[in-house]
Order: sequence, then C-alpha cells, then structure tokens
Amino acid sequence: MNSANYQRHTLSVLVENSAGVLSQVSRLFSRKGYNIESLAVGTTDDGEVSRITIEVVCDDQQIKQIINQLRKQYSVYSVRRLPPDSSIRRELVLIKVRAESREVRNEVIQIANIFRASIIDVSTSTLTLAIIGEESKDDALERLLHEFGILELVRTGMVALERGHATISDNADNKETDEFELGKNVL
Amino acid sequence: MKMKGSQIVMECLLEQGVDTVFGYPGGTILNIYDEFELHGYKEKIRHYLTSHEQGASHAADGYARSTGKVGVCFATSGPGATNLVTGIATAYYDSSPVVFLTCNVSENVIGKDSFQEVDITGITMPITKCNYLVKDVNQLADVIREGFAIARSGRPGPVLIDIVKNVTAEEADYEYLPVSEHPNRGHLATMLRRANRDLKTPEPDQGDIDKLLALIEQSQRPMVLVGGGVIRSKGAVPEFRRFMETLGAPVGSTIMGGGACPGNHPLFTGMVGMHGSRVSNMATAECDLFIAIGCRFSDRVATDPSTFARKAKIVHIDIDRAEIDKNVRTDHHIIGDARRVLELLNEKLPKHDYSEWRAHVFSRRGTVPKPEDMFHPFEVLETIQQLTQGDAIIATDVGQHQMWACQYYHFSRPGQLLTSGGFGTMGFGLGAAMGAKVGNPDKVVVHCTGDGCFRMNCNELSTLEHYHVPVITVIFNNKTLGMVRQWQSLIYQKRYSQTDLDRGPDFVKLAQAYGLHGFRAANREEFANAFRQALALGTGCVIDCAIDIDIMVHPMVGGGTPVTDFLLD
Repeated sequence: MNSANYQRHTLSVLVENSAGVLSQVSRLFSRKGYNIESLAVGTTDDGEVSRITIEVVCDDQQIKQIINQLRKQYSVYSVRRLPPDSSIRRELVLIKVRAESREVRNEVIQIANIFRASIIDVSTSTLTLAIIGEESKDDALERLLHEFGILELVRTGMVALERGHATISDNADNKETDEFELGKNVL
Repeated sequence: MKMKGSQIVMECLLEQGVDTVFGYPGGTILNIYDEFELHGYKEKIRHYLTSHEQGASHAADGYARSTGKVGVCFATSGPGATNLVTGIATAYYDSSPVVFLTCNVSENVIGKDSFQEVDITGITMPITKCNYLVKDVNQLADVIREGFAIARSGRPGPVLIDIVKNVTAEEADYEYLPVSEHPNRGHLATMLRRANRDLKTPEPDQGDIDKLLALIEQSQRPMVLVGGGVIRSKGAVPEFRRFMETLGAPVGSTIMGGGACPGNHPLFTGMVGMHGSRVSNMATAECDLFIAIGCRFSDRVATDPSTFARKAKIVHIDIDRAEIDKNVRTDHHIIGDARRVLELLNEKLPKHDYSEWRAHVFSRRGTVPKPEDMFHPFEVLETIQQLTQGDAIIATDVGQHQMWACQYYHFSRPGQLLTSGGFGTMGFGLGAAMGAKVGNPDKVVVHCTGDGCFRMNCNELSTLEHYHVPVITVIFNNKTLGMVRQWQSLIYQKRYSQTDLDRGPDFVKLAQAYGLHGFRAANREEFANAFRQALALGTGCVIDCAIDIDIMVHPMVGGGTPVTDFLLD
C-alpha cells in the first residue's frame, strides 16, 4: 500500500437504529483492515434511524471499497462521502485543567475566551472547558493548556453535514445507487 | 391462530417449501425438535440427524448447491452453534443459500455465561449475509421470512437465526402468508422501504451492455472467464452457452464456475489460475479483452493481480457492486444478475470468428502426463466419467484430489460440482455429498476425497448408512496431505514437516464397521470393478485407491506470481 496517497475522508452513514448495528459497522472496518480515526453515532430526527459519522484515513481505492462494503450491509440505509470543501465538521472537546490559583484561573479563562471555548465547571483547583470546532482549533487550545496541566480530556468524535441544500438522501449518482440495491436486493 | 414459537418455526419452514432439514438436537432447541413428534411435522419435513453439527452444515450447503433451493440446518446453543461455524463460512465464501437455525439459552439467563451459552450472532457476523437474535415471539415469523428472502436473493449466502429458548415456548398469533407476500410484512417491508426507491430488481444498464458490445467489436483476441455467479444465477447457464458459442472465444473457468461450460466443449480451456491449464493461463496473458462473468478474481485465480490479463481490457460482470475493483482493477463493469446481463448481450451480439486466435490458444493443449507404471488419479476420474456417462454429481474435499477432479472430470451442468472453492474446507465433501444425494435421489453422487480430508469428517458414514443414502466415496489415498506436501516439495526443499499420514485406519474396514461396503483399488481395472460394484449395490461405499505419494497436481503457479510463471508444467 502506498501511504503517500492517504487522506482523511468523512463518511456519513444512515443505519437502522437497533442492537448490533454499530458493532456490525465497526467490525467491518477492523476485519477489512481499515483504521477508524473517529466515529460518532446518534439518532436522527427519525427515531428508527441513526447516523454514524466516520473519519478514516486511506487512499481513493480503499474508500471506494469501504463504501461498497458498507452499502452491502442490510442495516445500512445510505452512505455518503462528504466532500471536504463543502462540508462542515465539528467536534466537542471537554478539557479539565489544573487551576489552583486565581492567577492561573484568570489566565485559562482568557485563553478560553480567545478560543470561544466555554467554562462549564469550576472548582477550587480545576476548570473544565468545552470547545466546539475542527481539529486545528481544538489542537491549538489543547497545546496552550498543556502548560497548566490537563487532568482529563474527552472528544465526541467528529460530526459533519454538507453545506447548503445537499443532504444524505440526495442521489448524486442514480446508477451507482441502483447497483447497490441490486447487490442486496431481496425480491 | 395462536401457536407456540416452536410450531411457528415449523410453519414458516413449510411456507418456504422446506421438506428437508439437517441438524443435531440439544437442550435449548428441544421445543423445536419436539414439534416433529408433538404435532407430527416429521411427516412433512424430513430431518436428517448427522453425527456432528459440522456434517449437518455441509449437508445443508451441499443440498442448496445441488438443488438451487435454500438449505436448512438446525443446531442447539453453545458448542452446537460453534460447530456450525466452519460450515457457515464455507457457504458464505461460495455464496450458497443456507438458513442456519440455532437456539440460545432463555432470555433470563442470557449474558450470564450460562451452560451452553455463546454469542453466536456475534461470532458469525462476518460470515453471514445477515444474522438475527430473536427475543420476541411476535417477531419470529417475520424474521424467518426475512432470513429466507435474504439467503436466496441477490448474491445468495448463509443467514443465521438464533432464537432464545423461551421464545420457542411462548405463544403468538401466526397466520399463513405466501412467500410472495413476505416483502410486505414486518421488518423486511421496512427495510425495503428505506433502502429502495423501487422494489423491483433493477435492470443492468443498457449503456454498459452496449459498451461491452463495442469492446467486443474492437477486440481481436477475446477471452471469457466464467465463475460461480453463473452457476448461482437461475437460468443463466443456457444464456451463457448461447453467449459463448456466438462469441466463439476461448472460455476459461474458475473452480466455482465448473459446469457452466461443458468440460469437453471445444472452446473450453479449463481452469484459470494457480492450477489453471497452460492453455487458459497463456490465453489470459495474451488476450486483448478479458470478460469475467460472476467471479471475484480471488488470489487463486488472479495469483498476481497487477499482472493479471495485463494486455487486456478487463470487463467484470457481477451482481455484487462491492466485487468491482476489489482485487483486480477493471476497465469496464456491468452490474446485474448474470442471466439478465447475458440475455441482453445475446440480443445484440453478432456471431464472431476468432479461429486464428483460437487455433493459437489451443495449440498449447497438451496431453495428460501419465507415468507408465503408476496408478494415476486421471485414470480414476476418467473411469468415473465413463461409468456414470459424465452425469454424476461430484462432491470434493480440498487439496490435490479436488484439483484432479476439477481438471479431469467433465462437468456439464450447474450444481454438478460441489466443492469448497473459496474457504477451502477440508472435510466438506462427505456432508455435501450426503446433502446432494438427498436432494437429487436419481443422480449418482460421488464423493472424491483424500485420506487427510476423509479422516476429518468420516463420522458421517453412519448417517449415510442409517438413512440409506448411497454416496460413493472415492479416496485418493496417498498417505500424505498431498497438496501441502506438494508445496513442501517445490518450495520447502522437501522438508515434509507433519504431512505424512502413515497411519490408520484401514478405510475398507472402517466402511465395514459403519455397515457399508469397502473396496480397495491399486490400478485402473481394480478401480473400475469396484466402482461398477458400488453402482450396482446402491448403498454407501468407500473405495480406497492407492495413489503414489509423490504425484503432483500439474500445472502449478506459485502464489503471488503471474499466472504464466509455472512452477510445474
């Protein structure tokens, strides 16, 4: 494999909201040898449908295979590769920082303000920040906070939507969609 | 009508027209087995009790492959279910439609590491098309209907339905529903609604068909490769033969495509790949258009994907979009059911004449190498061919004998060759042969095996004897794991590590111990005599053929190298 052509791809996947589906999707990645960079899942406006956002680093050939394999799963309703230049991606990060003195607290709060992060918890010895953004912003904040001592950090995983009118239900390529329906057709 | 889950299972099988089940009972599946007696379902569904769940899984698979119907296999929880795993994977790799029905412990003890509890849906997730854990008796009928629909549709494959024991004892409303109505009910209806805008099978794209026809017009040296997809697609074989005869190009086959093109047809080049014929492999390398129908370019066919058919435009016809460009980069593809694609091609394909190219390709055809004073596997298969008029169903295990059977027996129809092509399961053959004979009682079924493979699952001889299933087992007994030894001879400087099988049992006595007939053959005449007797006896027989330990499968291409780099010619 030539890792030079590797790049980050964001996939949005609509799946049936039922037991075992998440493990079906994630095991598909592991058994085919693809590495998941991030995975976020939750229900959609339709309670029977969940949406999984998966970020994976691979080449063009591999991403096609991943999409093909995902679409073969019976619990997967649709898969869309989100175009990087016309998609919005966001991740929520919670960071608990050591802040035992007033000076440190003030300094952390100032940094938080600059990054538009919010302070969601304060104790006599800690501050907890929440920041929503893409990885460059999150990483920059994380680097700045390191000197104070990060006690804990948690990420939700990236979620993403396309800009404008485009939705996952659009059939960008009708022929290709038909091809998949044939692969798992049950009539 | 109110009935118990166990009875719903039986009624659902009858809805599907199931009359044959292979299986093995146990604690959690007792309620279902009780239905055979309690409500007399044994009158409508014949259950074959095997010696081992693995044998049942292969039998259901062999039944499905040889009849085109969905095979059904029962097993209990825990070890019963895990004993199916090899059989499920075998069916999955060769796209064979089998519904595996297991029961699990009751819901109140599930997840507590109870006696004979195992997460079989988790275990079989990567080797089933779809699997289910049924915890609600009200969903049971719909899940079974959905399972059958998925197993047989599109690219067929195995489905596992695991039912917790209490569901088989609880009651629910059941109404008979004809198969044609199943897609309108339950989860299947929801799934179809969400996934499809149109419920009908989409047509192959006419533009894609025309593009292939144009490629054929431009081609001087076309070559066709036929795979198992043509065997699995109902009614595809007659269309395929029309196609290949109109085209008039050389036709190679994968192991799973055996029977699509008659083995003695003048256009047939034999198998392509690791043990492909010289004719096939050289034609693959030299052709300028390579049309692959219903195959997946496995590493045993495209031994080196980057050089495979390197001078050709590769066109891939398959029902499964995920196979396109998976192993070999293709230049054009058509997605669709093989029968329909071939029909559309046949509508417009003009007659072609590639006699010069064909003469060039077939000029490489050699004769079968046969050492003068040695009992050669070729003679065994040629004798079977003659004595069965080429009509027998051949079930094989895996290894040298499998390759010999595929090379030397001339298959002439789909479902005639039953072999574990994708998964390479040693021990597949006897169960598969049993399933095939049960499903095709008027056909002669021959189980070709090696001494290593036969030893793995020969316990099913007792099943053959008990149910009077007259399978003829032919053992190519070279007292070694022949194929592994062949690799050791060619690649490991003859270090025969752990492949010698210089041990018992005496297979003739073993057959007799099971109440069957056993014969020994050390030359062509002895074999012909034994086989004639076996045919006349009409009971299960074992013929133990003494084959020299050093006979190899010719030709052979090493793994990972171009198909023209023969290690053995």
